[in-house]
Amino acid sequence: MAATTQRPVVDLREPASWRKTKNQIMTGLMVLAMLIIIVPLVFVLYTVISKGAGIISGQFLTAAIPPNVLPANLGGMGPAVVGTLEITALASVIAIPLGVLGAIYLNEYGKKNVLARIIGFMADVMTGVPSIVMGLFIFSIFTLHFGFSGLGGALALACLMLPLIIRSSQEMLSLVPDALREGSYALGASRARVTVTVVLPTAIGGIVSGCLLAVARAAGETAPLLFTILTVTSTNTNVFSGANTALPAQIFTNATSPYNGAQARAWGAALTLIVIAFILLVGARIITARFTRVGR
Amino acid sequence: MTERQAQPAAARPTVGVTPSVQDLPATGTGNHVFDANGISIYYSAFRAVTDVSFSIYENEITAFIGPSGCGKTTVLRSLNRMNDLIAGARVEGDVRYRDAPLYGPGVSPIAVRRKIGMVFQKPNPFPKSIYDNIAYGPRINGIRNKKQLDEIVEKSLRQGALWDEVKHRLKTSALGLSGGQAQRLCIARTLAVEPDVVLMDEPCSALDPIATSAIEDLMKDIKSQYTIVIVTHNMQQATRVSDRTAFFSVLRNEKSDTRTGVLVEYGQTRQIFEDPHDPRTQAYVTGRMG
Amino acid sequence: MPASALTERRPFGDRLFQILALAAGLLVLAILILIAITTSQQSASWFSSQGLSGIFSATWNPSANKFGPMGFVYGTAISSLIAIIIAVPLSLGIALLLTEVVPRRWSRPIVYLVDLLAVVPSVVWGLWGILVLAPWLQKIYTSIGSGVKGVPVIGSLFGPPVSGASFFTAGLILAFMITPIITSLSREVIATVPAIDREGAYALGATRWEMIRGAVWPHSQSGIVGSILLGLGRAMGETIAAALVIGSSVQVTSHLFAPGDSMPAVIANEFGEASGTFRAGLIGLGVLLFLLTIIINVVARGVVARSTRRSRGA
Repeated sequence: MAATTQRPVVDLREPASWRKTKNQIMTGLMVLAMLIIIVPLVFVLYTVISKGAGIISGQFLTAAIPPNVLPANLGGMGPAVVGTLEITALASVIAIPLGVLGAIYLNEYGKKNVLARIIGFMADVMTGVPSIVMGLFIFSIFTLHFGFSGLGGALALACLMLPLIIRSSQEMLSLVPDALREGSYALGASRARVTVTVVLPTAIGGIVSGCLLAVARAAGETAPLLFTILTVTSTNTNVFSGANTALPAQIFTNATSPYNGAQARAWGAALTLIVIAFILLVGARIITARFTRVGR
Repeated sequence: MTERQAQPAAARPTVGVTPSVQDLPATGTGNHVFDANGISIYYSAFRAVTDVSFSIYENEITAFIGPSGCGKTTVLRSLNRMNDLIAGARVEGDVRYRDAPLYGPGVSPIAVRRKIGMVFQKPNPFPKSIYDNIAYGPRINGIRNKKQLDEIVEKSLRQGALWDEVKHRLKTSALGLSGGQAQRLCIARTLAVEPDVVLMDEPCSALDPIATSAIEDLMKDIKSQYTIVIVTHNMQQATRVSDRTAFFSVLRNEKSDTRTGVLVEYGQTRQIFEDPHDPRTQAYVTGRMG
Repeated sequence: MPASALTERRPFGDRLFQILALAAGLLVLAILILIAITTSQQSASWFSSQGLSGIFSATWNPSANKFGPMGFVYGTAISSLIAIIIAVPLSLGIALLLTEVVPRRWSRPIVYLVDLLAVVPSVVWGLWGILVLAPWLQKIYTSIGSGVKGVPVIGSLFGPPVSGASFFTAGLILAFMITPIITSLSREVIATVPAIDREGAYALGATRWEMIRGAVWPHSQSGIVGSILLGLGRAMGETIAAALVIGSSVQVTSHLFAPGDSMPAVIANEFGEASGTFRAGLIGLGVLLFLLTIIINVVARGVVARSTRRSRGA
């Protein structure tokens, strides 16, 4: 207060106090939290790369999976690579159009109405449904009637991707300024035309990047595939019929195998999966970065 | 437009002091609280304020006025180092608080802000009870004693002219207060840490005239114990409450197409409004500019 | 198109597009309802054969046709709880570090790191967990276990029997997996705290930590609780990593270093060999899991949505 008048110079340094120490401790703990979480990340990536790098080769990615009774035989993951590619691609073909359409409903048609709000909320809730429940669902509604197939796996993965794509696409659509829509309406365009010719092209970068992240998530999923594709060891190029296989499912089977050959295949497959996921993640980042630069 | 100038002159009782001498105390003790000497303030590459010098006097109310973009809020925030929170902001030149360099080595912004409090444009009560809002500052300074806290809360709320309105609902959320009450709560919250100086950044701009006059009365009431610096858009407010007024303006450089804030004129409030020396001040206070 | 008619009907294509979009949106609701119906149907024989007491029993013995789920419910609860206890301080620490401490050019690489954690597939965590982490943890568990053996409470939590694949190993792996989710959600919540509230606390001479306690926390606490709940929901449903590292041995025990089993893990591990009531029981576990995660997610999303809306509106 005014009492300080007598002293010509005030001390503005912070005295060493418990408050100051506490602040430093807390800041230190925050940094520590980050360092702690880096440890398992580096550890798991290091293990997968060091164990998988010597195994991955063109041969490994195409060769047949040997039966596990041949312990010394490394063989390859050819059938699983084929299976992962065809099942993930089919899941994307199902989920992406539906997800983007759903997002268009939420953002362009439903905007403020109750139904759209409920759907948006339930899409959020659906992202929290465990992937194994999606597997059980497709098993009950599809596999029991039509048998094991890549299609069943793709349907389960599509259920997983759908809410992710709806939510990310809706967010991108909501960033499109209304002035653009109005400009198009003023020319007499219908809502569908405005959406297809103006809104979607403006938001496409963000939508694609959101879809890539959803694909990355689906490609690494195991649980929805276990009861829908059966996880065989032979190549099945017909995604619509017959038991199939995939990289994550093979890793799951081989992880508990006592044979070195099987474990080595698991590490090779794990590295392959991580590389795929990483490429999709980086792709999404690049597209997002380019998109936001152009958009602003 | 000219009656705008005449009005404050009539509203203010004439005190027998020579108006044009800047250094004479208006009402305070005459001690210097702040001495700014040639300060320039930057936001990254942008120079928001250029070469500003002034002194702030103890137990007075000093008003910063000027058109928007003139840097008056920036200068105010440099007085308790709130600008430190903005990435890229830096101050050049010498600012002294009671002869201590504010930006000297070892100076802690936290210690500075405890001595030099701030009230903001928009009332910003924390989402806690009225009591806890006031007790927040004392608590972080280590006061845990319930009785002592009760006393501080009552005293601060009385100083903030809010006690009678809220004494029966101290434990209810501060978010339920009206805008004017919330702003007085924020002032009381600032006073609860017993600062030396209270900086106010357009504290009434979000309030209605009745709430505004309550805050102005409050400022005059606490002036004998605190030094107050207020940024205001409202020239009548400056004439109603302040002892001294600093007029800031925008200096445009046509060649480089840049703009920066400068201090045009600083003096006793009556002099600034009745007998401005600078034509730019005259233009502004008579309403011909800004 | 007649150019003069102002009352022209909406073009067919426009209406078709709207119907398609609406149908895609409704698909979300349809799938959720269908999940509930079809999985309940498939597990009906389990509910009817076990009776009410069977549903609340912890005895799971396929050869005796006893399928009590409570041992798995217990394992899910314990492993998720361990995951939450580990992940929450880490996530909140990182979220506060990102929003309150580091300058923006530093926060981006940290966000990338945390995101990277999220793209490691569940099965890769499981593979690493069972082949690398579990053998290493086994040694640590053994030395801790022999140290605290016989000590009351601590001994019954951390004492022997110990196993590399255990409740705790599963909880630890789950913690790594849910940290990115809790971090990014609580970061979003914290980001909605108005700058003016932070300045209010700083202007009173608060240190950064005091500002966090006084201004950030009261604003974001409900949203942070919501994001923790979402992390909990994810941990409960996480299947493959848990299936590989939890030990696949159903038991209700206080020993955290002992092997156990969880609902999603047992479904993944045993579904292939199951049929009849056994399979119905596993699907029944899935129904329980679905209901639990739906409840948690509805509550958590509600809380998060309300808290971000409120602070934006204010």
